Amino acid sequence: MSGEARPTFAMYGAGSCGGCDIAVLNVHEKILEIGAAFEVVLWPVVMDAKYRDLEARPDSSIDLTLFSGGIRTDENADLARLLRRKTKLLVAFGSCAGEGCIPGLANLTPPAEILDTVYETVSTENPDHLRPGTQPNPGGPGQLAGFAAVLRTLDQVVDVDYFVPGCPPESPRIAEVLDLALAALRGGEDLPPRGAVLGAGESTVCDECARTRNVKQIAGFRRIQEIDHLDPTLCLLEQGIPCNGAATASGCGALCPTAGAQCVGCYGPVAGAIDGGARLMSAFASVAQARTAEEMDRILDGLVDPIGQFYRFGLAKSLLRASRSAWAAAGGEWGRR
Amino acid sequence: MSGEQVASEPFEPVVIGFTCNWCSYRAADLAGTARIKYAPNVRLIRLMCSGRLDPTFILDALARGADGVLISGCHPGECHYVDQNLNTLRRFRMLERILPALGIEPQRVQLVWASAAEGTQLAHEIDRMVEEVRGLGPLDWPARMAAAGGRTGPGVSPVGWPAGSRGEPEPGAIKGATEPPGVHA
Ligand code: SF4
Ligand code: SF4
Ligand code: FES
Repeated sequence: MSGEARPTFAMYGAGSCGGCDIAVLNVHEKILEIGAAFEVVLWPVVMDAKYRDLEARPDSSIDLTLFSGGIRTDENADLARLLRRKTKLLVAFGSCAGEGCIPGLANLTPPAEILDTVYETVSTENPDHLRPGTQPNPGGPGQLAGFAAVLRTLDQVVDVDYFVPGCPPESPRIAEVLDLALAALRGGEDLPPRGAVLGAGESTVCDECARTRNVKQIAGFRRIQEIDHLDPTLCLLEQGIPCNGAATASGCGALCPTAGAQCVGCYGPVAGAIDGGARLMSAFASVAQARTAEEMDRILDGLVDPIGQFYRFGLAKSLLRASRSAWAAAGGEWGRR
Repeated sequence: MSGEQVASEPFEPVVIGFTCNWCSYRAADLAGTARIKYAPNVRLIRLMCSGRLDPTFILDALARGADGVLISGCHPGECHYVDQNLNTLRRFRMLERILPALGIEPQRVQLVWASAAEGTQLAHEIDRMVEEVRGLGPLDWPARMAAAGGRTGPGVSPVGWPAGSRGEPEPGAIKGATEPPGVHA
């Protein structure tokens, strides 16, 4: 790429675990290609960069930004807006940015309760009773970033060009997405319409799963750790394990059921589903062997955490998005943004 | 309405009623022809069978401002599509399990079986449910979401992943992708 300017690249993590950054670094020898093909302008996990340098850049001067993480704090929201302004192709990268993921499950809990747990429980030493946004940080001039009433997905804050699902996205899918973006930026390839999901298939994890399915009727749910012997070739759902494969988008190659664990749904809802949890509930309801309310209740008693089962990754992007008690906090001190 | 009620309007709950074409919708119709009154708070939506009811419909109704959702279908054993109403029953029982975590009282989503001949019974069930929901007060989901500062309206990606968006690249689509991005304060 001598002579001509390379496309510019940024990656940023908001409310996330950092796993998406690791997943991008974990694309094996491809990472060398990325390093050679792109000029990295911001990637806090990899190199030092200052927000003021980012602010000083001309608008739309970053060709590709992979944004991981949901929007939970003032800082998350500020960076989302700033990166949107500076970026041509803004990608909601990974489950958190796209649908809230595990951090989004905190939308079931009122923010005050979350902060009490984090800042005031017995294992926390916090003599000055610091809280996000409310008190100066004694170690420096800044403030702890403010904490919003609910976590929002990236597209609930700014326009998003593409979504790449997965917790985290799988290496081959990441490589495909980067190749596509690179080809498009070099003018050799067209991109799908704005708002599309990249790096996932149109079908379900079940479609990619090699386990045998016979008649799908289940008499009860059990937790996988409660079972002594699992048939290694039979569909997990048929064995009573609540596997989310039927309503989860393909893309991972059915990693979890292949390894002997149920799919928990990290690739997000299958294409076309409006509410992933509702789709899963329908899927489970149609296989439950129950003809009365009592029979159904007995089956459901085996599902220890229903909302976690159906909305583990997608709560923040579901139709209701948060619990009533979390929304209730939005009007007051929490609702600044 | 008299002038004194203008200051604080009494709460009139909105209940969306999903009814089956062959039974409960006819029951409601029968109630109408027989001049049996039932609360006007219920807005009936006719499905060909209660088995068409996707949990998405219920969640969508609540997210768009309904205070309650009534689901009704033919009695077990009387569904015109063999036993699709048992699917409804299973979905409903499943949905009931997630509502507490979201802070939604069980009285806001109810399932009632009603045959085409049971106009009086259905009218009675509607009245009972409307009064229960009235007692609970407004659910007000859209206002809650707006207060949290989320984006609503045009330009917001729909919930869920867009359908048919994962296939082959569309020619010329990069133009759309590089439009001036929208930034929302
Ligand atoms: S339900 Fe799970 S185990 Fe069964 S086929 Fe689908 S992905 Fe495989
Ligand atoms: S099997 Fe399910 S949980 Fe496992 S990686 Fe694939 S989508 Fe994610
Ligand atoms: S036809 Fe009435 S519930 Fe199926």
